[in-house]
Amino acid sequence: MQIKPILAALRRHKAGTLLIAMQIALTLAIVCNALFIIQERLAHLSEPTGIDEANIFVVKNEWVGAPDTIKVDAMMREDLQVLRQVPGVQDVTPSNSYPLRGNGWDDAVKLNPEQLQDTSGATIYFADEHFIDTLGLKLTAGRNFRAEEIGRMDMRYKLAPPVVIITKALADKLFPDGNAVGKTIYLIGGPGTVVGVVDLLQAQSVDRWASGFAYRSVIIPERLAMSLGSFYIVRTKPGQRDAAMRAAYTALFAHNPRRVINDDDGMLSFTEVRSRAYERDRGMAILMGVISVVLLAITAAGIVGLTSFWVGQRRKQIGVRRALGATRDDILRYFMTENLLISFGGVLLGAFLAIAINLWLVTRFEMHRLSMVYLLIGVVILLLLGQGAVLAPAMRASRVPPVEATRSV
Amino acid sequence: MLSYYLDLALRSLRRNKMLTALMVLAIALGIGASMTTLTVLHVLSGDPLPGTSASLFYPQVDPRELDGYEPGKEPPSQVTWIDGMNLLHAKRADHQALMTGGSVPLQPNQSNVDPFYSNARYTTNEFFPMFHVPFLFGHGWSQSEDDAKARVVVISRTLNDKLFGGKDSTGQTLRIKDVAFQVIGVLDTWRPNPHFYDLYMGRYSASEDVFVPLTTSRDTRLEHDGSTDCWGSGGGDEEHAETQPCVWLQFWVQLDSATKVAAYKDFLTHYSQEQKALGRFQRPVNVRLPVLMEWLDINKVVPGDVKLQTWLAFGFLLVCLVNTVGLMLAKFLRRAGELGVRRALGASKREVFIQLLVESGVIGLAGGIAGLLLAVLGLWLVRLQPSDYASLAHLDLKMLLTTFLLAVGSTLLAGLLPAWRACQITPALQLKSQ
Repeated sequence: MQIKPILAALRRHKAGTLLIAMQIALTLAIVCNALFIIQERLAHLSEPTGIDEANIFVVKNEWVGAPDTIKVDAMMREDLQVLRQVPGVQDVTPSNSYPLRGNGWDDAVKLNPEQLQDTSGATIYFADEHFIDTLGLKLTAGRNFRAEEIGRMDMRYKLAPPVVIITKALADKLFPDGNAVGKTIYLIGGPGTVVGVVDLLQAQSVDRWASGFAYRSVIIPERLAMSLGSFYIVRTKPGQRDAAMRAAYTALFAHNPRRVINDDDGMLSFTEVRSRAYERDRGMAILMGVISVVLLAITAAGIVGLTSFWVGQRRKQIGVRRALGATRDDILRYFMTENLLISFGGVLLGAFLAIAINLWLVTRFEMHRLSMVYLLIGVVILLLLGQGAVLAPAMRASRVPPVEATRSV
Repeated sequence: MLSYYLDLALRSLRRNKMLTALMVLAIALGIGASMTTLTVLHVLSGDPLPGTSASLFYPQVDPRELDGYEPGKEPPSQVTWIDGMNLLHAKRADHQALMTGGSVPLQPNQSNVDPFYSNARYTTNEFFPMFHVPFLFGHGWSQSEDDAKARVVVISRTLNDKLFGGKDSTGQTLRIKDVAFQVIGVLDTWRPNPHFYDLYMGRYSASEDVFVPLTTSRDTRLEHDGSTDCWGSGGGDEEHAETQPCVWLQFWVQLDSATKVAAYKDFLTHYSQEQKALGRFQRPVNVRLPVLMEWLDINKVVPGDVKLQTWLAFGFLLVCLVNTVGLMLAKFLRRAGELGVRRALGASKREVFIQLLVESGVIGLAGGIAGLLLAVLGLWLVRLQPSDYASLAHLDLKMLLTTFLLAVGSTLLAGLLPAWRACQITPALQLKSQ
């Protein structure tokens, strides 16, 4: 195949050639950045929480009136008993928060009270001795809390538990040489001894600001007994979650009606919690996907349109070539090669543009650097798209009969 | 003449329906996507209090200890109780208010309404005049009620509708956390966007349903909500929040002239120096006094995703326009013969140029109308989203006009190059080759 005549022909259609190349370049730049964003979001929303999500639901219980801490604590313990009696319930624990909740109590952890800079941030989970079993966590070292260690905590008290359990991610950060059990860590209110380490437990927030301590949590042996209320995390036997949720609601109100369980988010299955936590990321990924597909479709349609015109314009020339002995394949290959040349120019320009856009996004939107794999995928997609789009008009061109050469218009 | 061109344009567009549809569709998708995202951005980056916001300022001082000090960094985004009260009582501004958010259990007297929790704002009396909050019934409270820790409450219109059936409820009693409060005012609908005075309570959330004097909220132990940021020996101990080294309150001032702003900044500097001399502040004096819109900017209130979507949509529109330019160019050049005849028959270059521009204008108009429909559809989809700003996404007149100008303007622009190229055709050459 001779490239020279193609280039000569393209030189006569500078504007059209440039426009197609530009369109391919812009499409490539947008599509590979969009693909990259989709991948980032999808990777983010598939991070594990480390808990038995399929069988867990959460009750947000708020008290009416102004009961004091001791009263609230007693009512909470009654509630926990009530929930345990509900058919299908396997275990229950009270807490101030749960993974993917979005916000809550975060604290700074130090190894030494005199230290100026914190060693790490950490999510604070209040818990009783059922926390580990209820969430389905794996204790990798040390022991669980004992029932007599569980205290009563109000927002008004200082955070200084005698014993704590920490996650493996936090243990690795604080004690890189291993064996965190028995060591002392300092929370804002004072020291606590690590008695156990659990394997994997995600933080309550998965937003970017909390990504510095994503899996680092401290589990505190206290019931957060405040009149504002707190959460009950309930684990059910497999397959009985929905029924247990309905039964739990009725049972709680039957036992003590002086409470508020919001219609909107008072009772959430963990499936719901997960979908709420990642709604924005999923929405963004879908939007990026739709935009990319539509963009590719428009670019393909543009190529089809423009090439069709060129074929129409050159019918006579094609006829002459055919009459002079060019085969149908020659004609087909001519248009395919022409498109490939334009596309190459386009993707070359587009690759630079894609990297430039990505660099700008990195500074403006705290994104990561574009991996070359996505650029490569984008290039392949656009080259194939161009070849696919040009196929129909090129076939039509190859069917132009040689006799066309003798016709005047 | 124009109607003749219009007729020509419509004929030409009808001749190749597929191509026309493709061009209109591309423009419509580009316009629809851009207008949807632009409208959302426009709504989110709007001024919460038009006309007033320029005189509202958010004073910041740095009361933290030397630990972790880095020069040039922002002071905390809230104030401590001590600083808040000192600045409030200094009364150096035209209006000032100290506030924080919370969530309170309401126990309606009506037996048919179950107890429920409502968002509350604990604030000082000048909140209402300073932010120009409209009242439906009654009024706000005064300085003396702040001082007396009076059990008074101002409620929103929504809450008044729910509890009192929309009637004038001033004088009625509302039980909050087992304490009886007297309703003294009912607000008219008021929803500043963003929720500028406390960005920690949901940046685009609705304004609160219950307003209680700050001193009363402390006295009746209503829990505060939002962000509490402590340092040093601060343990976030709620009972002694007044003395804790924690920032948890927002302080706003109204300053009506540039001289007053400068004077207030001096006052903040003097205040910080004085506190440093007393040993309460340890860091070098670091005061800021951003005006409302600056404060929103510093806090990057508009979500990054929304900005990203807007850029993406405009990139999309650009591709659609390049696409249209290419197709129009091909189309116009293909009609070289026809245009050559027109030129030979006496049409000037300018007339041919206008004729072709009319044709691209028609495409732009059609694309604009279709794009507008797509934008309406797009905004409806946005409103189905769960984010707190979703319900705000509506097309206003300004955005409607922008859509049309953008659609027609950009297509005319897209038509310029093809039309110019087409009218360069030498008529003689075209006629000869026929």
